[in-house]
Amino acid sequence: MAVRYDTVIIGAGMSGLSAGVRLAYYEKNVCILERHTTIGGLNSFYRLRKRNYDVGLHAVTNYAEPGTKQGPLSKLLRQLRMKWEDFDLRPQLQSSIVFPGATLHFTNQFNYFVEQIASAFPQQIDGFRRLVTRIAEHDALDLERQSVSARQVVSEYIRDPLLVDMLFCPLMFYGSATPRDMDFSQFVIMFKSIFHEGFGRPFDGIRLILKRLVKHFKSLGGHLKLRAGVQEIRQSNGRATSVLLDDGTEIEADNILSSAGAAETMRMIDPNGPPVKAEPGDISFVESISVLDCEPAQLGHRDTIVFYSDSKDFHYERPDVPVDLRSGIICSPNNFDYSQPLEDGRIRITALADPHYWMNLPEDQYVAAKQHWNDEIIKCATQHIPDFRSHVIDTDVFTPRTIRRFTGHLNGCVYGAPEKFVNGQTPLDNLFLCGTDQGFLGIVGAMLSGITIANRYLLK
Amino acid sequence: MTSDQIRQVILDILGRIAPDEDLTDLDDARPFREQMELDSMDFLDIVMELRKMYRIQIPEEDYPNLNTMGGTVEYLLPRLKDVPVGA
Repeated sequence: MAVRYDTVIIGAGMSGLSAGVRLAYYEKNVCILERHTTIGGLNSFYRLRKRNYDVGLHAVTNYAEPGTKQGPLSKLLRQLRMKWEDFDLRPQLQSSIVFPGATLHFTNQFNYFVEQIASAFPQQIDGFRRLVTRIAEHDALDLERQSVSARQVVSEYIRDPLLVDMLFCPLMFYGSATPRDMDFSQFVIMFKSIFHEGFGRPFDGIRLILKRLVKHFKSLGGHLKLRAGVQEIRQSNGRATSVLLDDGTEIEADNILSSAGAAETMRMIDPNGPPVKAEPGDISFVESISVLDCEPAQLGHRDTIVFYSDSKDFHYERPDVPVDLRSGIICSPNNFDYSQPLEDGRIRITALADPHYWMNLPEDQYVAAKQHWNDEIIKCATQHIPDFRSHVIDTDVFTPRTIRRFTGHLNGCVYGAPEKFVNGQTPLDNLFLCGTDQGFLGIVGAMLSGITIANRYLLK
Repeated sequence: MTSDQIRQVILDILGRIAPDEDLTDLDDARPFREQMELDSMDFLDIVMELRKMYRIQIPEEDYPNLNTMGGTVEYLLPRLKDVPVGA
């Protein structure tokens, strides 16, 4: 007879693990299934040539000081019954948005950002302040909300298109599944999480948070199975009844919660069916990771993250070239406020990429293409930070192909489908979605996504 | 359980849900939400914790009874009077 659980969760990423913690805490019999050999999904970690690397995470957004009672991070910790120390977030030093003719710096103190805008865009500051009020009054977590164009709303308050693009740049880079524009609620979530609350990172990187979540989940009695990919969700009379694993094992469940993505989950319901309404996204990235023989600060680079665009118009869309070199994100995990230095220096540079190019590249050209575009990306980025190339002691590169291999996201899309399923429902009564395609963004958002959907449907 | 014991159970639950709140001066007559940062997710947790600890089902229409400490104790007393503290 097949094993049976109250809830089976597909995917051991941030959202699935958080949902699992909630369910296990309330004594539900719950099992998390992960196809990969390790936990994390879009935010994971690996070891290569004796060094630790993070995938995904540049920084945890929604930073809050210890003891903070309000905001998403506090809400999250309370819901998980975890302590601030469990995440050990160290605040960023300073980040920048660099466009032709204008630079804005920001820290985790929002007033500093307001001053920056007042000084660089004096004509726009009143409108910006009114926009901030509008953002504060918007209930972005309303699960029944309608989608509204963020560009339209923001342009009602800010007339200078350069400032509009500078505000959108970090928010889109760190969370938009849609090209060019975002839903206003998504904009609000990202604006608060990046500009109001800001960036933090655990000294040990994302693995610290993931490992603590797993430990907590298991201590509450939850089961986690790695190398357990779900091939099919079986159904009967509009209800999911069981999952079939790659190795042929069948596991029965009263409820199924999938963090695999909307289109990806629909394919599990009907592997041979026609393409369904849920379209996978195609916003993806190439990332160049350089290990340095010194701290970036020793070369004069102290910014935590630099968001740059060499064109006044910020182009956030799938490029028709392998990598869009016009814009990018430069992250140095060294530049957080730690009490001791990291083991080595790191510069990560991320740029928009065309998933189709990378997916279709023949294997014998793939390595050379990675090398070529890595060099190109670094060449562009060194217009904005000190040239670090003579200090590089190791390099790694990931592409949309890497992301697809490790997350199962069809185009290697990082932020999921353009259309979100905010209420988490699917055509099957007892099958729910959480994670990137449910639509709360960022690391904290992903965890809240799992918690919210678990609370709403699976704890009753 | 007595009223005092139930009050202590609720304080313990609140302490778990909101470890950063100082509950020593909690006013039993005023709503929890006026005295501490409790949102609807946290509120649901009070109900869930009671269910987990004492197998007591609180229907949604009764939630308004749980807005204050005084109301919560009054509501729970007849339902928990025969239940030992450590149940």
